Amino acid sequence: MIMILKIVISAVAYLILAPFAGGLLTGMGRRFSSGLQAKRGASMMQPFRDVKKLREKTSEEDRYLHDYYVRAFVFFEIVAGVAFFAGANLLFVILALLAADVFLVVAAYVSNSVHAHMGADYELMRMMAYCPMVLFMAAGFSMYCGSMEVRDIMIGSSMPFLPLIGIFAGFLLIYTIKSRTSPFDLSFSSDPAGKRIKGITEAFSGKTLAAMEVANWYETILMLGFVFLFFSNGTIWGHVVGAVVAILVYFLRVFINNCSASSKWEFVVKIAWGTAAVLGAANLFLLYVMI
Amino acid sequence: MSYVEKNPWILHFDGSGCSGCGMEVQACFSPKFDVEQYGVRKTDNPKHADVLLITGIVEEENRDYLVHLYENMAEPKAVVAVGACACSGGIFEGCGDVVCGADQVLPVDLYVPGCAARPEIIIDGILKCFEKPETLEEPVAVEDPAKDEQEKIEEKPEDVTEEEQDDEE
Repeated sequence: MIMILKIVISAVAYLILAPFAGGLLTGMGRRFSSGLQAKRGASMMQPFRDVKKLREKTSEEDRYLHDYYVRAFVFFEIVAGVAFFAGANLLFVILALLAADVFLVVAAYVSNSVHAHMGADYELMRMMAYCPMVLFMAAGFSMYCGSMEVRDIMIGSSMPFLPLIGIFAGFLLIYTIKSRTSPFDLSFSSDPAGKRIKGITEAFSGKTLAAMEVANWYETILMLGFVFLFFSNGTIWGHVVGAVVAILVYFLRVFINNCSASSKWEFVVKIAWGTAAVLGAANLFLLYVMI
Repeated sequence: MSYVEKNPWILHFDGSGCSGCGMEVQACFSPKFDVEQYGVRKTDNPKHADVLLITGIVEEENRDYLVHLYENMAEPKAVVAVGACACSGGIFEGCGDVVCGADQVLPVDLYVPGCAARPEIIIDGILKCFEKPETLEEPVAVEDPAKDEQEKIEEKPEDVTEEEQDDEE
């Protein structure tokens, strides 16, 4: 009964608090990014104002076909995050994330924009790039912690960070790929000072774009949750270290976004698969030998 | 004031011409002026934009593209003509193919004068383009010195005519 209550409370807390935390982090990231460019930058609350502004926009057509696929994308993003914070199986979370991305790709393909079709092509390549490392991460947690359930990993007796350090390094790389920022911003760029042609969101406007922005906030918190998982050892200190490292990783991602140009899709796939092969597979082999 | 008016995303259409005003718009995003601190973002997608910022000359060749961009923007939207060329054709007024002012093609909401318009006034224009005319202050009547001079000339006594001079003699 208590377990069920904890699951429900965690799920509801994520559902309500994640967009605020994600939006605030996005605003702080933009402020940090502006500071790196010697600008003052917009307010930290600017992402919320942008979403409110987008919700005020109206177009002649009430609904486009891609609006429904974007709703499915938002739904699966939220499902992935709720499942993670409720302590579900890591594989289920990863599959929900992949399903969300698939719906986003379909939404871009059914629109009438050539840029959106190109963005969808690049989005598929991006998924192809990060998929192996994400699966290695799930396998690594399973081998070290003995379970793929997030609730079992979080109450584990020791920090998985050092035994899974290769997988952690690989995850940092694919986090940049997953968040669609430089140098891996193939299909979409959320940086206002960066690319202006948005790729997959080319045909989205108004409430659809606002929903996508909110879904990105949910995804940001979920991805930082993965980073947190590497440092959780059932103690409060593990949670504190995990939270601090997660926030530092976010700002490191913003810093890298400002320092690098965009790369070609061939380079992205090569580097992601190479990292998975070298760091991920080697880490799993070492775990197999040790355990 | 709605959130669209406070945080406009702009679509910059740089027509033909010297691109001076286009470069001033670019300068608005530099660290010196930093228009992004007001929540303004630049986008190349009309579906994401709130304000269509027109610089340079509108010609017969690019007027259809301009109209197409405007029609793809979602409501509420505004059009700002920046610089003398976009406002009235500027020094190219009367040249072949030049449409004298963007308001001949689209409903312009705000005109930003200048050749080239300064970044400060461009930023002011972007932030005020959604304001209704009745909310703007009444213009102050300014005395016209040329008009006063004309009135003084008209009040002077007329010169003696030749007939009056003959009578006197």
